Amino acid sequence: MSAQASATGTTIAGLHSDDRAVRFLRLTFSLAVMEFKIRYFGSVLGYLWSLMRPLMLFGVLYVVFTHVVRFGGGITHYPLKLLLGIVLWTYFAEATGQAVQSLVAREALLRKIPFPPAVIPLSVGLTSAFNLGLNLCVVILFVLVSGIGPAWSWLELLPLLVLLLTVTASVSTLLAVLYVPFRDMSPIWEVVSQLLFWGTPIIYVIETVPSGARELLMMNPLAATIEQARHVLIDPSAPSAAAASGGAVRLLIPLAIVGLVLGASLELYRRMRPTLAERL
Amino acid sequence: MAAKRRDNATRPAIVVDRVSKQFRVPQERYFTLKERVLHGFRRTRFEPLEGLHEVSFNVHAGEFLGVVGRNGSGKSTLLKCIAGIYRVDRGDIRIAGRMSTFIELGVGFNPELAARDNIILNAILHGLTRRDAAARVDEVIEFAGLEEFTELKLKNYSSGMYVRLAFAVMVQIDAEIILIDEVLAVGDAAFQQKCYQEFDRMRDDGRTILFVSHDMNAVNRFCDRAVLLERGEVIAMGKPSDVTGEYLAVNFKRERGADATELIGTLRDRAAYVADAWIEDEGGSRREYLEQGRSYVCKARVEFNEDLEDPSFGLAIESARGPTVFTTSSGWAGQHPGSFRAGEHVVFAVAFDNPLAAGRYYVNAQLEILEGPQAGVVDRRDRATAFVVTGTDAEGSLVSIPHDFTFQRVAAQEVSS
Repeated sequence: MSAQASATGTTIAGLHSDDRAVRFLRLTFSLAVMEFKIRYFGSVLGYLWSLMRPLMLFGVLYVVFTHVVRFGGGITHYPLKLLLGIVLWTYFAEATGQAVQSLVAREALLRKIPFPPAVIPLSVGLTSAFNLGLNLCVVILFVLVSGIGPAWSWLELLPLLVLLLTVTASVSTLLAVLYVPFRDMSPIWEVVSQLLFWGTPIIYVIETVPSGARELLMMNPLAATIEQARHVLIDPSAPSAAAASGGAVRLLIPLAIVGLVLGASLELYRRMRPTLAERL
Repeated sequence: MAAKRRDNATRPAIVVDRVSKQFRVPQERYFTLKERVLHGFRRTRFEPLEGLHEVSFNVHAGEFLGVVGRNGSGKSTLLKCIAGIYRVDRGDIRIAGRMSTFIELGVGFNPELAARDNIILNAILHGLTRRDAAARVDEVIEFAGLEEFTELKLKNYSSGMYVRLAFAVMVQIDAEIILIDEVLAVGDAAFQQKCYQEFDRMRDDGRTILFVSHDMNAVNRFCDRAVLLERGEVIAMGKPSDVTGEYLAVNFKRERGADATELIGTLRDRAAYVADAWIEDEGGSRREYLEQGRSYVCKARVEFNEDLEDPSFGLAIESARGPTVFTTSSGWAGQHPGSFRAGEHVVFAVAFDNPLAAGRYYVNAQLEILEGPQAGVVDRRDRATAFVVTGTDAEGSLVSIPHDFTFQRVAAQEVSS
């Protein structure tokens, strides 16, 4: 009957049909739902406010880049591409930005109730993912209003989103765990995040980048995801991620980076987890 | 022998097997990457801080085990190791059964959520499925007596309501093994009574409970066995009354020891000094654990270095919460004990019926000359001894004054006229 408590000691025998993975997912999901509830049901305008942020950013960038510097004028469906880019980026930036301090911020919880710490950054990311889902509905609405009809290729968005969620979850966990020993991770990540914003085709599209730099930028998994999403959802004439990278084989590079980040976050978490609670 | 038989008869629910845990407290802790880089080549020096040392014991299935010890003795660390929050350095902890840990009431509550959502979330945090959690909401609310406030956000709850809700969640999570750390020190007297009943019920249900507490009363009342930790080691294990007695002894020895070293240089210079003080019950045995309403004698031994004429013996009882509850002096009472010679030892005694409310008290003993050329304080010994009063009367106050209640119905007209 008795089970050996693992190094971290949470193993408990007698958990009938309720193993640790299920508990992990349930906890992550429940925390995310509650957080979402707090954020958006607190006030009537809750969701509208959260939608305002990407829309405002979109509005400003749109005005600046089409009317002031006249950058987007020659790009088909530039406003839609800009909006999609912003929505996807906002998800990544928001989730990772909030994840950084998430473990330390919930010190009391982690020191007093035994549960896997990774639940925390992942639930933060999931809350942002719910938000992303809603925002994507708005994007699709805009797409339809612009006269672009639904196509089977839209289904390709799903694997792209899975990829984006994977990158985000990996980076979130990595940052949250690193923040425990390195409390200056927060400003560091802000800077890196800024660099990523400009290094990712969000306000520009990849075809305007000179070849050479273009292939380099396309190694960024976020760039590949956003460009492919634009290709399938908005403008089939825009280069696919494969085309922009200079061949489908080269897509293995961003994929490998995703795998690397995922692996690094899993390994770091595995190593730090046993002593995480006492180091908070 | 009895414990051994039990070992064979019942399976252990928790086995703690030679568990050691050290905290490495760095002398300088680097909290940022910048510091790490700047100081990277220096090795961080660690001071090992022993949390637990070779701790071993079993908790049988269905047993209520108390863990007592002073602050910093390792109680909470032990609990966190068993819960799996901290990793042990050496040794094994084995658990058989579904376990829930309650280190602090209300941890994980979100003030922005209503009671209903918080109950579900907390239950899930403690390992329940969503369906089980949802099914328990009504019971929890009923237990807490908060039926009218289910949709109210927790931030609008009074602290009493908050605590009731937290305790209700705890008792409704029916884990087989429950770890509890100091949760009884909450709520008003009526709610505490309810909590006690719940503890009895849990024990009768056959739950295995590991209960960390400072409240010796509660340990004596609920526990089948108790363990005493001191500096991370088990120094006593067995019957709760024995273990709590040992706890009090350890606790007060330390305080007296500190006083003695301070005083050692000055004592010999005085005309007389208070060498020792203690409390006895009516049977003449020393007590550090006093029951409310019973008779006790406070005694102090005074040693004389010089001849003294008619000294006055006094004592003051001071509550650990601050105020001095009582003072008396033989001089005030008009007593003249006569003269004492150098080298004499005198024990003076003050008999009293204990009206004090539950809590911790210190006795200050004093010897003074009230009149004449020698007038003044000869010796004063603060906190010469300490004791703990147990009981439930006058909870939250200092004394239980003898009193009676009467009720009389009064006609409404009489009141208004």
